[in-house]
Amino acid sequence: MERTIAAISTGTMNSGGISIVRMSGADAILIADKVFEAKNGKSLADAASHTVHYGLIKDDQKVIDEALVILMKAPNTYTRQDIVEINCHGGILVTRLVLETLLKHGAVLAEPGEFTKLAFLNGRIDLSQAEAVIDLINSGNKYALKASVGQLKGKLSTAVRGLRDDILDKIAYIEAALDDPEHYDLTDYVDYLWKNVENYVDNVEKLLATSDEGRIIKEGINTCILGKTNVGKSSLLNALAKEELAIVTDIAGTTRDAVKEQVMIDGIMLNLIDTAGIRETDDIVENIGINKAKDYARKAELVIHVLDGSKSISQEDLSIIESLKDKKVITIINKSDLDSKLDCQVLERELKDKYSLEAKVIRLSALTGQGLDELGAAIKDMFFKGHIQADEDIVIMNERHRSLLIETLESLKKVESGIREGFTEDFLTIDLMDAYEKLGLIIGQQVEDDLADRIFAKFCMGK
Amino acid sequence: MPHITEEYDVVVVGAGHAGCEAALASARLGLETICFTVSNDSIALMPCNPNIGGSSKGHLVREIDALGGEMGKNIDATFIQSKMLNTSKGPAVHSLRAQADKSEYSRRMRSTLENQEHLIVRQAEVAELIVEDGVVGGVKTVSGATYRAKAVVLCTGVYLKARCIYGDISYETGPNGLMPASKLTESLIKNGIEVRRFKTGTPARVDKRSIDFSKMEEQFGDKEVIPFSFTTDRASVQKEQVSCWLTYTNEETHKIIRDNIDRSPLYSGVIHSTGPRYCPSIEDKVVKFADKDRHQVFIEPEGFYTNEMYLGGMSSSMPEDVQYAMYKTVPGLENVKIIRNAYAIEYDCINAIQLRPSLEFKKIKGLFSGGQINGSSGYEEAAAQGLVAGINAALSVKKEEPLILDRSQAYIGVLIDDLVTKETMEPYRMMTSRAEYRLILRQDNADERLTKLGYRVGLIDQERMDKTIEKYNLVKDEVERVRGVNVGTSDQVQEVLRRCGSQELTTGTSLADLIKRPELSYQALAEIDKYRPELAVEVAEQVNIYLKYEGYISRQLRQVEHFKKLENKIIPENLDYDSIQGLRIEAKQKLAKLRPHSIGQASRISGVSPADISVLLVSLETRSRRG
Repeated sequence: MERTIAAISTGTMNSGGISIVRMSGADAILIADKVFEAKNGKSLADAASHTVHYGLIKDDQKVIDEALVILMKAPNTYTRQDIVEINCHGGILVTRLVLETLLKHGAVLAEPGEFTKLAFLNGRIDLSQAEAVIDLINSGNKYALKASVGQLKGKLSTAVRGLRDDILDKIAYIEAALDDPEHYDLTDYVDYLWKNVENYVDNVEKLLATSDEGRIIKEGINTCILGKTNVGKSSLLNALAKEELAIVTDIAGTTRDAVKEQVMIDGIMLNLIDTAGIRETDDIVENIGINKAKDYARKAELVIHVLDGSKSISQEDLSIIESLKDKKVITIINKSDLDSKLDCQVLERELKDKYSLEAKVIRLSALTGQGLDELGAAIKDMFFKGHIQADEDIVIMNERHRSLLIETLESLKKVESGIREGFTEDFLTIDLMDAYEKLGLIIGQQVEDDLADRIFAKFCMGK
Repeated sequence: MPHITEEYDVVVVGAGHAGCEAALASARLGLETICFTVSNDSIALMPCNPNIGGSSKGHLVREIDALGGEMGKNIDATFIQSKMLNTSKGPAVHSLRAQADKSEYSRRMRSTLENQEHLIVRQAEVAELIVEDGVVGGVKTVSGATYRAKAVVLCTGVYLKARCIYGDISYETGPNGLMPASKLTESLIKNGIEVRRFKTGTPARVDKRSIDFSKMEEQFGDKEVIPFSFTTDRASVQKEQVSCWLTYTNEETHKIIRDNIDRSPLYSGVIHSTGPRYCPSIEDKVVKFADKDRHQVFIEPEGFYTNEMYLGGMSSSMPEDVQYAMYKTVPGLENVKIIRNAYAIEYDCINAIQLRPSLEFKKIKGLFSGGQINGSSGYEEAAAQGLVAGINAALSVKKEEPLILDRSQAYIGVLIDDLVTKETMEPYRMMTSRAEYRLILRQDNADERLTKLGYRVGLIDQERMDKTIEKYNLVKDEVERVRGVNVGTSDQVQEVLRRCGSQELTTGTSLADLIKRPELSYQALAEIDKYRPELAVEVAEQVNIYLKYEGYISRQLRQVEHFKKLENKIIPENLDYDSIQGLRIEAKQKLAKLRPHSIGQASRISGVSPADISVLLVSLETRSRRG
């Protein structure tokens, strides 16, 4: 029996404005008619598709809410089934009541991702587009959103499909020649193949290169704030988070644990780790914090190194600087609202000449927020070399895609080494086929037994 | 009028290459078997090409042999030239092909059948199937005699309503003027079997004395002949061989064909049935490969005691005068005398998607079919199916599980899976490209792959099984030993490398690594491998392949693993495809018609897309979760 599913489609934490309860399935209109009383008295069953109706949601005679109901009849809907969306007044209680009423009248609660699963199952979108929906929903910022939109539009699918078709052509020719050597010639074919495979490797590498950005866009930059005690690291974190997260006091050594928080700066997410100030200490508890701090700094992709601008550079500062070579570092001269003893350009040059540390130095006041823009620009410059602005370009943001592309690359490189080592074409097709199938897995043209479930399990309810 | 009634366990209809294997397998498994043929003089007839094996077909023969079939032994005893093909490529595509003495081949097989215990060969045309409540009960011949049996195997080849055609001449006959079987088709249809009509063709046979061989390239057999059968003693096949000859068509030939194309029954519409794309007539080749200025013509002897020569590559259904005209344009054939005309033959066959992978009809219990009736072409394809159908008919009578080979086990598995899954609309020919895992399915290791299955079925005796196990134990031990052998940079080593055109060593390495170099092999490095045990050629060959291609073999094995996952996802036999929302209508129809046994098989049905398969997977998963 076909199910008619329903769920709250707007975020469940949402407490203001309007909430949407979405229902999809063969009985969606039937069920909606049971609970919805249009102002004009007409039933939804008689109404035209893709129309909006105003009226009351009732459970038997009890009015639950007044609502706008959007009616979308199959097949031109998200799931390709009849869909009814009830726009009710916000407030989690009312929204839940509306949903419960639908369930009472025959709808069943949708599983996580079931609407999108239906869209996929009913052939409206392919797997990579379905994945894009997940990414779209989960995208925490505008760049992730753009990339997801691009993927949803099928840009990744198109690129992968093109590459895949090309590989298949080569396999097909070799196979034809193996079976009909009279009419298909393999003389010098490996040279031709070599050139093509080089090209494929190039393409896949380019796609993969975007995945670092993709990951950064999607997951944020793991950032460690480092500096000796009481230079204002926690204040900086708070300025970024605009919320009192870490305990800020004037007593050196208050922050003992690395506090993780995601903050957004100019559309880019930073996974901030506020760290205990680094200071030679005998305090055992604090020592753990300091070791952790150094450990985090080693693992971080970006280190924001904070100096107190009202003081000169100390021995402790220098020891921190020493430990940061080979890292992406932004040095912040904090407390710029106070009299500064440090100059940006001078310091930048000094760090480079004396300590061969390529750090960008920025003057910033955690207290007033002055200099935060400059910090954002510096981060963008450091991680995206400017091309993050490109609109809806292919950016590999999905870990599954990334690892499949890596496997594709491995297979293609095996084709290359096979050619180098003088293996005949009948061997080369083995790795070409592997590459072909791995690419197919990305776009769902190749079937893996548990693929679909793995993807849809990641969905949140109601999408 | 009183009629004869006899009882058997298994009836085999037809004694061509499929029928012979089916009948022998059934009888050898101890079942009382009767094999019908329209003429006892045409048992194991080779009405087309005079050879057994060839690219990928050689694999089939090896596999038939490993399972306990007869074809390999029969050709080993009757070949007149033998050649391992594609040796410039990897071992996966090496294929053995032997020219047969046609009449010897046929006679030896006839004698094997006639002397087989539990087997009777009977000349009679089978006219009717006896089916009761979806279960086969035997057959009736044209005379009205009834042969009751618990299983029936149809191996009717190209004989059902056969019609031979060249130009505007057409007559109702089987190959070589043999009697067609004109009645059985009606009975098949009456029993709900979907029948279709296919076409194939053969070139002319010409008089050897009318050929000028000086204008052709001589094609010799191999100096060291490798037998087909794993049981044939190598020494016994080293004998004098005959030559084949290679010549080419030319623009003049093609012009004659193009000018007369409207007189070809293929193009004029006399023949409606579908011919084999991969074994095209010369007309087809000229049309399809319009840019090629020549096509190969192989002149092959049909036997020691005949002057008939086969014109390989020039099958045709052109009128007699056009045949003469076009053959005479070919260098060496200027004065050719035709002995038998080229002709096309049309015949009834079944849509093989009605069969299970065991080759039993889904709808009629106990009824099996194998060979050209299933829409294949070629002697080897026929024999392979005949063997499997015969084995499974016998196993069904014995109420045992059928023998089913999958695509990762054998070319036979690929062949049968394709036939019962893909609904091919033309005669199906085996090709290496059809096998996804061909590096595993080599002709040289068919014994390793399949002897155990033949043994389990009962066609392979203990002695042969033990020998095979011993062979591969030796291989394993030797591979292990070689892995542990290190090679230094001694003068002797460098000298051997120099001689083989291989780069000299700068530091020591393992022998196994050296073997991997394309110009080297296990055999070539014997000199620098002091403690190498004395091993049979076949064992050394396996050791070499295993060590040399290890990386590729292990990657292919991983592909097989992946393949098995979908293969092992079984679809319930009574699944209601209509109830699955999201399946496209075409997919629903195809799936409901074919009723695949696994997701793997479903994924290979044409018209069922990967998206459909995902839908099916998700739906089966949901179903099992909801209970």
